[in-house]
Amino acid sequence: MIHGEVSEFGIILLFLIGGIFFVAFGLLTARLIRPKRPNIEKLTTYESGEDPLGTAWSQFNTRFYIIALVFILFEVELVFLFPWATVYADQELMELTGGKWGMIALVEMVAFVIILALGLVYLWVKGFLNWERPMPTGKQYYSPIPKIAYSKFIKRRK
Amino acid sequence: MSDMITIAFYLFAGLSIISGIFMIFTKNILYAAFALMFCFLSLAGIYVLLGADFVAITQLLVYVGGVLVLLIFGVMLTVRVEGKSLQTGSHLKWGGALIGILWIGILVQLILQVDWTAVMTDQPIEASVNSIGKLLLSKYVIVFELAGLLLLIGLVGAAYIAGAKIRTK
Amino acid sequence: MIPFAHILILSAVLFAIGLALVVVRKNAIIVLMGIELMLNAGNLNLVAFNQKNPELLEGHLFALVVMMIAAIEAAVALAIILKVYKLFQSVNLDEINEMKG
Repeated sequence: MIHGEVSEFGIILLFLIGGIFFVAFGLLTARLIRPKRPNIEKLTTYESGEDPLGTAWSQFNTRFYIIALVFILFEVELVFLFPWATVYADQELMELTGGKWGMIALVEMVAFVIILALGLVYLWVKGFLNWERPMPTGKQYYSPIPKIAYSKFIKRRK
Repeated sequence: MSDMITIAFYLFAGLSIISGIFMIFTKNILYAAFALMFCFLSLAGIYVLLGADFVAITQLLVYVGGVLVLLIFGVMLTVRVEGKSLQTGSHLKWGGALIGILWIGILVQLILQVDWTAVMTDQPIEASVNSIGKLLLSKYVIVFELAGLLLLIGLVGAAYIAGAKIRTK
Repeated sequence: MIPFAHILILSAVLFAIGLALVVVRKNAIIVLMGIELMLNAGNLNLVAFNQKNPELLEGHLFALVVMMIAAIEAAVALAIILKVYKLFQSVNLDEINEMKG
């Protein structure tokens, strides 16, 4: 089961090990060199000067999930585009089929892409991709000062 | 070279089994998701060692980059605001362990009964992206297009189920 | 040389871990992770059994289709889990028991 391409992936493994080594080396030297004098104020989470409240685990909006679905769809499409791209203009197969292979491959892939694009069209038309902002709730505040009084200042700012 | 491949196989196998066992025992859902990521990564490594390079790349793209992201989205979307529900328990612990060990026992018994060297060839495979592309576009073209159609139907169904409330607004 | 039986045993162990996750865990998302792990174990078997007829590449293509379908399955299952969460405010499978009859 051994073949030449394992050694090519060995290069990827070397890159991975090199990347891990570099990150670990940087973090380790920083840890050795830097002065370490922690206090409570330094250890709090930085929230632009506010004290952090509660947990960081808040619930996300369901619409993110729809975006993730579209991402999955086109990722799977992308995976199948790679093998197509390597054989699309294959010289050997072109000669074997009298030049028809390129057309056949193109039609097959276009059909595949169109099938998947229909999914995006469905989501778009049905309004799943619309990002509705929540409207501010509560009573509107009515100021006793009429709005015309502000117009002078607004004009000046412009 | 051959020894290196065997050693790498056992390393990846050990990593995948350890991360799988970690998934069973951890209480935090996100830790389980990241253990699943390591399991998928080591399986991709095993696919490379078995000569299935395109399957390995697809494993990385679809599982690690796609399914796992969806699962983490699921965790994020179903977490309670109090933050306590990242922790989850388990029930029927001994029953689960019994079922798992029994299952491994039966399968290992069956696997070891067969003389695999007689059935399987040892010849190297030429599973490049190129040959998979040729097969996908000629012999398996119907499978390919039907899988695309299934993907479309799944997407429409999932979006309809997940976003039904948004639509009626 | 990797012994062929060891690949199958690895696949069996991963499948058993996935099965144990499905049986044991309470959270629906972790049950889904277990199902994904079981599908992966099956994929490993398919890729290994490709050695029966290496020039046909049947196992690899089968594994690719399984991966594609696993992606869709995860998407649909998570959509259902999201709806269940909206109804019950929980994804704990012990609390979702309205169909006891």
